[in-house]
Amino acid sequence: MEVLERVAFYVMAVIAVASALLVVVNRNPVASAMSLVGTFLAVAGLYLTLNATFLSAIQVLVYAGAIMVLFLFVIMLLNLEREPFDLPGFGRIAGFALSVVLLFSLISLALNATARPETSARGGSGAEIGDVFFSDYLFPFEMASLLLLVAMVGVIVVARRRKPEEEEEGEA
Amino acid sequence: MSDTQVYYLAYLVKLLVVFTLAVGLVPILVYAERRVSALMQFRWGPNRVGPFGLLQPFADMVKLLCKEDLVPERASKVLFTIAPALTCIPPFLVMSFIPVAPSFALAGREMKGVVVDSPVGILLLLALSSLTVYGLAIGGWASNSKYSLLGGLRSSAQMISYELAMGVSVLAVLCVAGTLNLTEIVYRQTQFFGFDATSGNWAGWNVFAQPLAFVIFLIAAFAETNRLPFDLPEAESELVGGYHTEYSSMKFSLFFMGEYIGMVGISSVLVALFLGGWHFPGMHALGLQPGTLPFTILGLLVFLAKIGVLLFFFIHVRWTLPRFRYDQLMRIGWKVLLPLALLNVLVTGAVVAGS
Repeated sequence: MEVLERVAFYVMAVIAVASALLVVVNRNPVASAMSLVGTFLAVAGLYLTLNATFLSAIQVLVYAGAIMVLFLFVIMLLNLEREPFDLPGFGRIAGFALSVVLLFSLISLALNATARPETSARGGSGAEIGDVFFSDYLFPFEMASLLLLVAMVGVIVVARRRKPEEEEEGEA
Repeated sequence: MSDTQVYYLAYLVKLLVVFTLAVGLVPILVYAERRVSALMQFRWGPNRVGPFGLLQPFADMVKLLCKEDLVPERASKVLFTIAPALTCIPPFLVMSFIPVAPSFALAGREMKGVVVDSPVGILLLLALSSLTVYGLAIGGWASNSKYSLLGGLRSSAQMISYELAMGVSVLAVLCVAGTLNLTEIVYRQTQFFGFDATSGNWAGWNVFAQPLAFVIFLIAAFAETNRLPFDLPEAESELVGGYHTEYSSMKFSLFFMGEYIGMVGISSVLVALFLGGWHFPGMHALGLQPGTLPFTILGLLVFLAKIGVLLFFFIHVRWTLPRFRYDQLMRIGWKVLLPLALLNVLVTGAVVAGS
């Protein structure tokens, strides 16, 4: 089983990295978005190999299933043209430097990492996660929901129609 | 052959049974759809190919396979090609989480009547079924046609909106079941009807404990599978054919198959969540020993019968109700179903917490 797990890890890792590269390399924004979905699914698969089933389900449900659909929706509505964009010379150099630094820090992290992340034997069931949420992490959990509420109210305020006479006609 | 080998072989057989169930029901459904619609409209329907027109699905298939496979000029070829597959795959994956039959003993181990028995099965199921939307949206966009694009956009907006109501209605069921494991949810419904004082949870079919959640889920199911009265993404009177306007041949039939497998999948979810899964009152009194293969097969047949009833309902509704207008569809989803589902969760939560 050890071998199978290894194979699953490498397959998922290769898919994740390859589709992440495709996100950046693709000129077509819709294809980029779809590649990003591929990355999310592969990462969800990696979570599965770590026995974190709950996290994996949420990853697919929230990122691949909801957020990326909205991304795709917006990209399609904007009807972006495939235009090559040119950064100014300074921006290119800065971006390149930043990516090199990031790459090296990632590589050093990967080389120094020894232990596999510890995972629960209970397979990250809903009950277990709920227990932790409502005991150890109650405050951050409640804060996160407050943050979401604030964001929601903010969106409604921004999107609200200003003129009262327009309120009457056509909803959504 | 060792016990382990028997076990893995049985596992493969199980996979095959579920896969065949999903694929095999498609031609039957297509035939039933045409016959039932004909009956409802005082027509004959297909009755030329084979006895009672039973071979019509095969004739359809041959016809579709022989058609020219067109790809529109300036279409995005790769995305245009993978889109039909993207609509077809998620419903298959959904089927693998459904407990279609009770478990039975095999080679000293318990063989579960489900392909993937996960502690968070219902979440994985919802997650995978939410991926269906990509096929429709990408197919619509990649066709480079305005009707297809509108169909694709409509489908993504509609499916996201109704996923919310659907998910929240499932939440109420999870409250009464007290678990995210689908096998456990079904098993709980096979117990007696009424309040279980020892576990503090409701037992019996969830449709009786959660009638409102059932109705909300059922309505959302129509929207999720793009069936009438919510088939806006392919409204032929406005959009020619919606997201699959530009598709032909096998690619079109994959979309078609995706829709029907989606129906089978969502009916299975409904049966497992609300209608007691493979359980039927009195099936324990038939003399078959629970935990043996005959009992499992009986459970599978009961499950199939329940799906059949639901699928007939799907077809019946399609040929009874007219199509909703798009703003009406959105209003029902956001202003009626979602608040009702939230209210349902609130009341259910209060009752469960209070007992």
